[in-house]
Amino acid sequence: MSAGLPFASFGGAIEFIFTPQESNVTGGKKVGGFDKTVELLIGQIEVTLLALAIALVVALPIGLYLGHRGKGELFAIGFGNAARAIPELAVIALVATLIGVGMGNVAPVLAILGIPPILTNAYVGVRQVDRSTVDAARGMGMSEPAIIRKVELPIAIPTVMGGIRSAAIAIVATATIAPLAGVETLGDFIINRNVYGENGLLAGAILVALLALALEGLLALLQRRLTSDGLKVKTA
Amino acid sequence: MASVALLAAAGEVGGDFFRERSSDTLPCQAKPNEVFCFDWAKENIDRFGTPTVQHLEIVVPAILIGFVVAFALALLAHRKRWLQPPLLAATGVLYTIPSIAFFFLLLPVTGFGRDTAIIVLAAYTLQIIYRNTILGLANVPDSVKDAARGMGLTQRQILWKVELPLAVPEIIAGLRVAVVSTIAIATLAVLISAGGLGTQMYGANLTFPTSIIIAAAIVILMALAFDVILLAIQRFATPWRRAAQA
Repeated sequence: MSAGLPFASFGGAIEFIFTPQESNVTGGKKVGGFDKTVELLIGQIEVTLLALAIALVVALPIGLYLGHRGKGELFAIGFGNAARAIPELAVIALVATLIGVGMGNVAPVLAILGIPPILTNAYVGVRQVDRSTVDAARGMGMSEPAIIRKVELPIAIPTVMGGIRSAAIAIVATATIAPLAGVETLGDFIINRNVYGENGLLAGAILVALLALALEGLLALLQRRLTSDGLKVKTA
Repeated sequence: MASVALLAAAGEVGGDFFRERSSDTLPCQAKPNEVFCFDWAKENIDRFGTPTVQHLEIVVPAILIGFVVAFALALLAHRKRWLQPPLLAATGVLYTIPSIAFFFLLLPVTGFGRDTAIIVLAAYTLQIIYRNTILGLANVPDSVKDAARGMGLTQRQILWKVELPLAVPEIIAGLRVAVVSTIAIATLAVLISAGGLGTQMYGANLTFPTSIIIAAAIVILMALAFDVILLAIQRFATPWRRAAQA
C-alpha cells in the first residue's frame, strides 16, 4: 500500500479543529471547524454516557449480588473473558444492517461492550472483601442489602471502578465507529475521509485520543473521591 | 443521504472487495433482511482464507513485540522500583488511546499498511503484560526468595529460576487478556488498509450480515484457539501446580 498522507500534518489538523477549511477532496467547500468539532464531540460524549449508564444499570447490581452470594463465578468471570473476543467492528456493522441505525439502537449495543468488565470487576471486588468483615456487619444486625451497600461496595470501590474505567474506554473507543450506524461522533472525521480530507482524519484521531484520555482521567479522579479515606491510608 | 455518503466512504476504504462483489449477485444477497445466507457461505468460504492469514500476520508479530518489550520493562522496573509508577502511567496512556485513533495518529509517520497496525497493537498490549508481570513478581513470597538466597543462588539465578517461574500464572493471565483483545481489535486494521478479517466486515460488506458473521466467528475462534494454547503453555510451565492438584 502507498505510504504516507501527503496532505496531512499535525498543524493542519489542529487548524481544522478550530477553523473550517477547504479540504483536499471537496473541491473548495469548507469543512470542519470549531462548531462542527463541538457538535461531533457532544455526539460522542452523549452516546458514550448513555451506553455506560445502561451498562452500569444492568451489570453492577448483578455483579454485586453474585459477589455477595458467592455464586455464579463461572458466569461472572468466564463471561467477562469471553466477551473480550467480540470484534467491535462486527458489532457496529451488524447493528447497522440488522437492527437499524441511530442513537436508540447503537447505545444499547455499545453498552454490551461495557457490561463484561463491570460485571467481572464488581464480582471480584465483592468476593475479595474479607468474610469476617461481612460476618461482623451481619452480627451488628445489618440487612443483606445494607451489607452490600455499606460494607462490601465501599471496600470494593477500587476494583469496581477499575471495571467501570475499562468499560468507559471500550465504549468511547467503539463510539468512534458509530457513524457507520448513523450516530454522528468524532469518528465522522475519520470515517468520512472523502468529506473532511486528510487533515480532518488526523484531527478526528487527535480528538478521539484526547477524549479517551480525559474520560480515563476523570474516572480516575472520581475513583479517588469515592474511595474511603480508611482504604487510602492502607495503600499509601 | 447520509447512508449514501457512508457507503461511498466505505467503498473507498474497502475498495477491492466492493468492486469484486458487485459483479456476482447471489439469490439471498438480494434480500436485505437475511441474517445468514448459507448458500453464500458455502460458496464463498474460500474468500476468508487470505484475510485470516493476514489477521495472523498482524496479531502474532504485535503480541511477540508487545511481550518482549513489556517483559523487558517489567524486569527493569522490578530491579529499579522507582521506575514502576512512570512506566505504569506511560503504558496506561498507550492502552487508553483508542486503537482506531492511534492508527491514524501514526499515519503521517508510518503510513498505511501492516506496520502501523502492528505498532499500535503492540503498544496496546504493553500495559496488560507489564502490569501482570510486575504483579506476578511482587506476589512471590519473601520466604521463598530467602530460601533461594540461603541455598546460595545469585540475584540473577533467583530471578530466572525462582521468581519468574512462580510468576508464570500471572504473566500468562496477562498474555491471555492481551492476545484475545488484540485479535478482536485487529479487525479495525482494515481502516488503514492493513487487511485482516475486518475486510470482510467493512466496506461493501457493511450491508451484508453473512460475511460479517462469518468473519466475526473466525475472530472469536482464533481468540479461543490462542487462549487454549496459552493455557496449555501455562500447564506445561508450572508442573508443580499440577502435582499440587493431584
